[in-house]
Amino acid sequence: MNIVVEIKNVSKSFGSLKVLDNISLTVEENENLVVFGQSGTGKSVLLKCMVRLLEPDSGEIYIEGKNVLKLNPKELNDVRKHLGFLFQGAALYDSMSVRENLEFPLIRHFNFTPKEREEKIKSVLEKVSLEEAIDKMPSELSGGMKKRIGLARSIISEPKLMLYDEPTTGLDPITSKEISSLILELQKSLNMTSVIVTHDLLCAEIIADRAIVLNEGIVQHEGTITELTTSSDHFLRNFFSHEILEDQNRRN
Amino acid sequence: MKNSKNLVTKPGKMELRLTEFFIMIAGLWQFQVQFLKQIFLPPYEIEQIRKHMDELGIKTLPIVSVTGFIIGLVITMQMHPVMVRFGAEAFLPGSVGISIVRELGPVITALIFAGRVSSGIGAELGSMRVTEQIDAMEVSGVNPFKYLVMTRIFACTFILPILTVYVIFIAFVGSYIAVVLVQNMNYAYFIDSVVASVEFGDAIPGILKTFVFGFIVGIVGTYKGYTATNGTEGVGKAATTAVVVSSLMILIFDMVLVKVTLWLWPII
Repeated sequence: MNIVVEIKNVSKSFGSLKVLDNISLTVEENENLVVFGQSGTGKSVLLKCMVRLLEPDSGEIYIEGKNVLKLNPKELNDVRKHLGFLFQGAALYDSMSVRENLEFPLIRHFNFTPKEREEKIKSVLEKVSLEEAIDKMPSELSGGMKKRIGLARSIISEPKLMLYDEPTTGLDPITSKEISSLILELQKSLNMTSVIVTHDLLCAEIIADRAIVLNEGIVQHEGTITELTTSSDHFLRNFFSHEILEDQNRRN
Repeated sequence: MKNSKNLVTKPGKMELRLTEFFIMIAGLWQFQVQFLKQIFLPPYEIEQIRKHMDELGIKTLPIVSVTGFIIGLVITMQMHPVMVRFGAEAFLPGSVGISIVRELGPVITALIFAGRVSSGIGAELGSMRVTEQIDAMEVSGVNPFKYLVMTRIFACTFILPILTVYVIFIAFVGSYIAVVLVQNMNYAYFIDSVVASVEFGDAIPGILKTFVFGFIVGIVGTYKGYTATNGTEGVGKAATTAVVVSSLMILIFDMVLVKVTLWLWPII
């Protein structure tokens, strides 16, 4: 299997607070890696370091063999064009309609004709089952719809690597399950590699091939969801009992 | 002893504000350097600049029209009794014209523009920052500094001089109406008097300095919005401080520019 993402000894601090402490991990091609961890353990920081929205203090990050920390702005943009990132709040551009949001990366990076663009937009909206939202503004969409459109915008350029920052946060269990299934479906149909940061055990159960648990800046545990949730390790039992309780509360 | 120790370790409000002020000045300087570094690098985003110029111009047009008209009217009505006192009524249109062209037109338009536009840019970019829209743009391989910041700075820099010329014209309309009300002067005499008094050396520095004012409004608004933090509270703060800082900077730079323009185009 090809390694798509390789993180070597990455550390990141904010002032005196060490958020990532010498973290190393790899993600293989077509794999779905879920990153678990309590709030403030650096899950989102790790994701943002991978695309250099945050600069790590030390370490190396390779995406498809390129050390992203050593790339100049132009080279970095070339790498970024081939990956997708779904933000926690979807981060749709408020001043643009759904069509314009989806069109934006296509106009900037590809030489499609207007007709080809329109076809791509319609096909991607069909994939997320929101064809009717094409002319709506982000303010007219619900939380779940925003996530779907955010997802559509991320996959429209057919990335090989998708990064998800809490894709189901703030959604009800039904929508959360729908989004998780959609992510899995898209990953399978587009042959993508995914890194998913989440709190949501239900989401992880649907999507994950493998999961890691971050704690105090390090990768404390690694394995399949079943291995992690059935582990006798005190920290994992405590962590997942909280997650399961939270999940049950949401379902009720 | 305990009190003196506290004074040393905990900075007061004033010290914190001063620190914030110097951090802002350094940030604005860095922002400007980044602007100059990227100015000749493609893509040039001409379409975005044109779009922002349209938006900013249309957004500001009603308020600057009203302000320009009232300024022209009021300044003429205020100056009329003074001119009568000195027996210089005939010079009323000329002296009003010079004060509008050299100072009132550019500065008042810039201040109104700062209030209307700087806060809007600060709030818009601030909201984009806290909702991760700027990050999303960056991750998609688009340079947000070029797309969001530079286009707005250029739009402000180029639209303010156009608005100023328009305000000066509207202020003359206001002034003419006032002159008719207080002095019953005919239209031709008013125009002749203004044209004879306002020289090239009066109009050019007035218009040129509005390019600087426009740049100030653009750079302060975008800086405040682009660097906003702390959620919605940060957005509000960005909008408010953008107006305060840009208005203050316009007045400070006006002082300097008046000195420079008087040196370059002296009034004899």
